[in-house]
Amino acid sequence: MLQTHEISPEVIESDKLYKEMGLSDEEFQLVKTILGRRPNFTETGIFSVMWSEHCSYKTSKPLLKKFPTKSPHVLQGPGEGAGIIDIGDNQAVVFKIESHNHPSAVEPYQGAATGVGGIIRDVFSMGARPIALLNSLRFGNLTSERVKYLFSEVVNGIAGYGNCVGVPTVGGEVQFDTSYEDNPLVNAMCVGLINHDDIQKGIAKGIGNTVLYAGAPTGRDGIHGATFASDDLGEDAAKDRTAVQVGDPFMEKLLIEACLEVIHSDALIGMQDMGAAGLTSSASEMASKAGTGLEMNLDLVPQREQHMSAYELMLSESQERMLLVVKQGREQEIIEVFQKYGLQAVAVGKVIEEKIFRIKQHGEVMADIPVDALAEEAPVYHLPAKEASYYQAFQQMENAIPSIENHAEVLRKLLQQPTIASKEWVYDQYDSMVQTNTVVTPGSDAAVIRIKGTKKALAMTTDCNSRYIYLDPEVGGKIAVAEAARNIVCSGAKPLGLTDGLNFGNPTNPEVFWQMEKSVEGMSEACRILNTPVISGNVSLYNQSKGKAVFPTPVVGMVGLHESLEDITPSHFQSPGDTIYMIGETDIAFGGSELQQLVKGTYEGKAPAIDLQVEARRQEQLLTAIQEGVIVSAHDLTEGGLAVGLAESLFNNTFLGADIELTGDATVALFSETQSRFIVTVKEENKARFLDLVEDARAIGTVTDKQTLSISVNEKNVIEEEIHQLRDLWKGAIPCLLKSKA
Amino acid sequence: MNFAVIMFPGSNCDHDMYHAVKDVLQEEADLVWYENSDLTNYDAILLPGGFSYGDYLRSGAVASTSNVMKQIKEHAAKGKPVLGVCNGFQILTEAGLLPGALLRNKKLSFMCHQEELQVVNNRTLFTTEYTSGEVVRFPIAHGEGNYFCDDATLQAMKANGQIVFTYQDNPNGSVADIAGISNKEGNVLGMMPHPERAVEALLGSDDGLRLFKSMVLNWRESYVANA
Repeated sequence: MLQTHEISPEVIESDKLYKEMGLSDEEFQLVKTILGRRPNFTETGIFSVMWSEHCSYKTSKPLLKKFPTKSPHVLQGPGEGAGIIDIGDNQAVVFKIESHNHPSAVEPYQGAATGVGGIIRDVFSMGARPIALLNSLRFGNLTSERVKYLFSEVVNGIAGYGNCVGVPTVGGEVQFDTSYEDNPLVNAMCVGLINHDDIQKGIAKGIGNTVLYAGAPTGRDGIHGATFASDDLGEDAAKDRTAVQVGDPFMEKLLIEACLEVIHSDALIGMQDMGAAGLTSSASEMASKAGTGLEMNLDLVPQREQHMSAYELMLSESQERMLLVVKQGREQEIIEVFQKYGLQAVAVGKVIEEKIFRIKQHGEVMADIPVDALAEEAPVYHLPAKEASYYQAFQQMENAIPSIENHAEVLRKLLQQPTIASKEWVYDQYDSMVQTNTVVTPGSDAAVIRIKGTKKALAMTTDCNSRYIYLDPEVGGKIAVAEAARNIVCSGAKPLGLTDGLNFGNPTNPEVFWQMEKSVEGMSEACRILNTPVISGNVSLYNQSKGKAVFPTPVVGMVGLHESLEDITPSHFQSPGDTIYMIGETDIAFGGSELQQLVKGTYEGKAPAIDLQVEARRQEQLLTAIQEGVIVSAHDLTEGGLAVGLAESLFNNTFLGADIELTGDATVALFSETQSRFIVTVKEENKARFLDLVEDARAIGTVTDKQTLSISVNEKNVIEEEIHQLRDLWKGAIPCLLKSKA
Repeated sequence: MNFAVIMFPGSNCDHDMYHAVKDVLQEEADLVWYENSDLTNYDAILLPGGFSYGDYLRSGAVASTSNVMKQIKEHAAKGKPVLGVCNGFQILTEAGLLPGALLRNKKLSFMCHQEELQVVNNRTLFTTEYTSGEVVRFPIAHGEGNYFCDDATLQAMKANGQIVFTYQDNPNGSVADIAGISNKEGNVLGMMPHPERAVEALLGSDDGLRLFKSMVLNWRESYVANA
């Protein structure tokens, strides 16, 4: 461990102690040039966290510029705590996704819990009321005891935090693949609602104004968390547990209420949460954005441990803390609001004209750094990219059809694959209904939250099939965005925009950087064609251990708007007699499919093809049909293909079945993962109008009251299954795996 | 009728309760912060769900000792209605206004979904709008909803008609499938399921609305009788 005081600048340089903090030789030289001298211990720490990938995006910045970030409705793009999109009536939706992967790998309960806490603060620091949470999770196979532990504790941590703060956890996804064995991914997304007049920004304007510290006192937890998150996960990662923070959701709940009360005061200038790199990043970023400087006296910072050094105070990532800038002379009225909730709020510094970030402790200057050097002038790297060695071989492979004898048996097995199986075990542990707005609860394509006092609702989802992205990052990137938009459209909403949670391996590996570059390019193109700008996001790199990177996993968190509550559409079949249509043709697409994994135990070949123009047209036509009221239910087809999609459409009730007639190769018809396909149900009287509105639709069967799924291909019955038996397999798979011993 | 929804630090179903009574039922209601409360002018007191004081020590334990509880006890002693839902129920048992205690769920994890309940006693001032034995659907959302009391208490409650709601398919291990109980006098009701989350069909059930309607109708009758 590093000693935390009294190491001289000379020793830091001669012994290269900066390397332990995460700065490279070149970066250290750059720091010396900026300061015109050697940095002291505290300053070295401050530079190392601010220039970590987590805070500076130094390797991903050139890629992030590719994302389209604007539309007439975008009020705030990337750069603030969270992005904001106008939804009319002076209201806007605020959202962002954030990763907490490394902490969750080491201490899954607190890692996941504080991930939730952090993303909620990002949203309410904008002045928005948090109205929903989603989680995108990736784990290894549920056959290892370690993975079962990580999975159970991550879910427990999300529940423990989210339930207590009173924000409903309404959706998300969980996928299981070997590549996440040691390095799970835990991405949390928060959605907030705001009136335009209440939008806050994290800026430190007005020379002489006061810097207030509010919330929990600072302890020694989470020191260097941002640096920890910006390196490979070592085999001895357990020693990094001190870099994991500990959350207190009760404190967070009080902070939410106090901050949302404070935003109505004109004494408030700016507000930002202390997330990664704690006091350092919140204070320096607020000053940098305002073009001012900031001076802080650490003796005034509330502390829960004795004898904390400047280094520790500046780098601590203790949770549930906010930094506010308040008009000089009006501090007391703000402090009183926090006191009502039993929270501390103290003046710790002031905004200064000189563009310097100056930290004092015990009467001494402990850091004196040009503000822009930390935030704006962080180094940017254009890393080399090299096509992954496997890629050409995969591209050369034929689109083969896996050989299957018993289609019904395969369907039963697919429904028990953990990635496809019911996630009820997960979401039943989340309070999905608090705030009484949840119209569509977890378990559908997208969750739907109504907006009280209006006719509107918001649809939200997270999606990313990383197997496709592994096989072909560009095509897979397009699919991730398209699938999220499909889910939003199926629920009856128009996609508004997205937040990206980019999770990759070590970017200094040119093949990993190639995956990043290509997937961002694919996502960007899909964003442009589907009209879904990227308004916020997070980058998590170095997701690898023992030299092996996780599958490239750029998660898409998307939000859509229902103009009318009438448009809200279920994903499940509703009544007997309705005609089932499939929108889209099916071709041979088994690369990266669940069936390929089941049959061959691997992912290989080409990713399913996608034509974004076709995708956009089908989505638009389906949404129009929903808005005209001719659609009863709509569901998109993803992992496991049509057969799994049909079964899923029948699991929500106990009295329906379906009779389906298909043609062509049975394996392709049932299990291919061809993109841009939907199954919808339509009432007899609306069939003509439906076919006028939606091209590429073909009737494939009827909803029945028989409680069986009956599928024939070329007039030969290949599946004849009782719904309740399929449902039991699908529902029981994950609880069963968790109970069984490895 | 004038309702007070008590807000403790950490309450998180306070606004939902307020919305149910004020916006859906269209009665008078105030959100009342626990510290500066004069409850004398309210006809009914609602203790909402959430995690008062973070559920630290024991769920409901800290809130049950706060100053506002003295007024709530006085209010209850006058025979006026007090409803505690979820964390509110936990507070009422901790405060001794209702018998028994709420333990961790049998499965040890939090659970949130719709449950079917049976209305066992439809003669309380909270349940007259239901029929006896009727099955209704309310959401549950709790980690510590496993109701426990000793056998003597259970027998006494049965004899007094204090068991108001039971689960059809006991989710949490509660003694005698208990979902909600009243005090002996019938004017204090505690329940784990959330009636305030079941007041609009759009959200899956409006079976809870009749609980609040019962309160209003019974209050009107007693008001007219006393006027």
